[in-house]
Amino acid sequence: MSTETLEKEVVVKPSEALLSKRRKKLITDPLIDDNPVTVQVLGICSSLAVTTQMQPTLVMAISVIFVVALSNFAISLMRNTIPARVRIIVQLAVVATLVTIVSEILKAFAYDMYKELSVFIGLIITNCIVMGRLEAFAMGNKPYDSMLDGLGSALGYSWIILTVAFFRELWGSGAVFGVPVFQYVSSWFGPDFKLATNGLMVTPVGAFIILGLIVWVQRTKTGYVEH
Amino acid sequence: MQQSNTYIIVYSAVLTIILGLLLSGSAQVLGPWQQEAIALDKKKQILGAVISAEEIAAMTPEQVNAFYSSRISSTVVDLTGKEITTEGVSAEKVEIAKDYKKPAEERAYPIFIYHAEGNPEAVESYIFPMYGAGLWDAIWGYLALDTDMNTIGGITLAHAAETPGLGARITEAKVQERYVGKKIFDESGALVTVMMQKGEGKEYGDDAHKVDGMSGATITGNGVNNMLKAYMGYYESYIKAKSTPKAAVAAL
Repeated sequence: MSTETLEKEVVVKPSEALLSKRRKKLITDPLIDDNPVTVQVLGICSSLAVTTQMQPTLVMAISVIFVVALSNFAISLMRNTIPARVRIIVQLAVVATLVTIVSEILKAFAYDMYKELSVFIGLIITNCIVMGRLEAFAMGNKPYDSMLDGLGSALGYSWIILTVAFFRELWGSGAVFGVPVFQYVSSWFGPDFKLATNGLMVTPVGAFIILGLIVWVQRTKTGYVEH
Repeated sequence: MQQSNTYIIVYSAVLTIILGLLLSGSAQVLGPWQQEAIALDKKKQILGAVISAEEIAAMTPEQVNAFYSSRISSTVVDLTGKEITTEGVSAEKVEIAKDYKKPAEERAYPIFIYHAEGNPEAVESYIFPMYGAGLWDAIWGYLALDTDMNTIGGITLAHAAETPGLGARITEAKVQERYVGKKIFDESGALVTVMMQKGEGKEYGDDAHKVDGMSGATITGNGVNNMLKAYMGYYESYIKAKSTPKAAVAAL
């Protein structure tokens, strides 16, 4: 026993840089190559539901980043104490607490957003990305790394839903962040010219189509194939 | 040791207590802001019945509060249209969702009165809160009647959980505008209110008691119809009392 502890003390690794190459990869990998939405196909439900407009989508993205990064951090801190038999429910309790706090904060400071997103904020709890990262990474890695990993995955999710929302709002409502772009553009071409919006884009079907196109473009570029 | 039942039970209990403290703590700390946000939202909904959504969206919270306090006064009546003057009863404090569970005779009915700019004596419209059931959950709204106590000046509708894109469209200005200019009484003076029809895309311009429906949301539409009918019925005595003297004056 005693020799074991001695050995450990001898091998003192130089501390890793705050953003070393390996840690940067934790953040950048889920952006494209291992994107939770387009490659792992997780979190599709909310990508379809909240993406009709840019603004609520942005709030959703920030909320998910907050929840995934912090829950990864918290679970990683606790990872050595969590009893294996109840680990899922422990993870769920931590995630649910964080989500409820996010929802309470929105209710206090962004009530309109809270009304618009209410159900979907609650559903972050069941977003597969959260539980997926906890099980796959946070349960076996150090807190700081886990937080970076969560941040990466959430950012990967965020840029996808923001892109979907951009096209859906533009083509569906003729606006970006509520600014009526189509109206301005139409007015350049004279009073009778009117850019038409497509009602399909406002429905979840529109999100499916856009998401499919993003997956297509991305896989053509990276050469990723399902096994 | 970590696999023992005692460890698991103690661990779960401690975790529950910590998370519970976190939750109740955040609810406590954020409570005042939330109350403020809810009160502001209610004011916006009331004002929404008389001024356009764009105008409200352009106002800061302070402007909304200032506008509300300078232009809106309120009163509470009972089913017979008599004013309730009991200490502590105010229109802003009536929680219509809670009152809804009581029998109609025991409820308090708040009324918000919209005054002309710069002239607090002149009334522009009366705003009546309503509450009812949609397809999935509660729906509610505010209906503004012009001073003839018959013509609808505007309406705001809101919901707890109607289907986005279908029933949830009752919150859209496009749907709410359909009610403007419609009448709640027919020529004989009987209360008929305004009925949202099944199907969408028809014009009901010449019919004062029908508005175009929402495609795919007939049940929510029926909920709105029932709510309108019920609450205009509850307010009928007040409305009649307010409109009779005016009609008499107009006849002279």
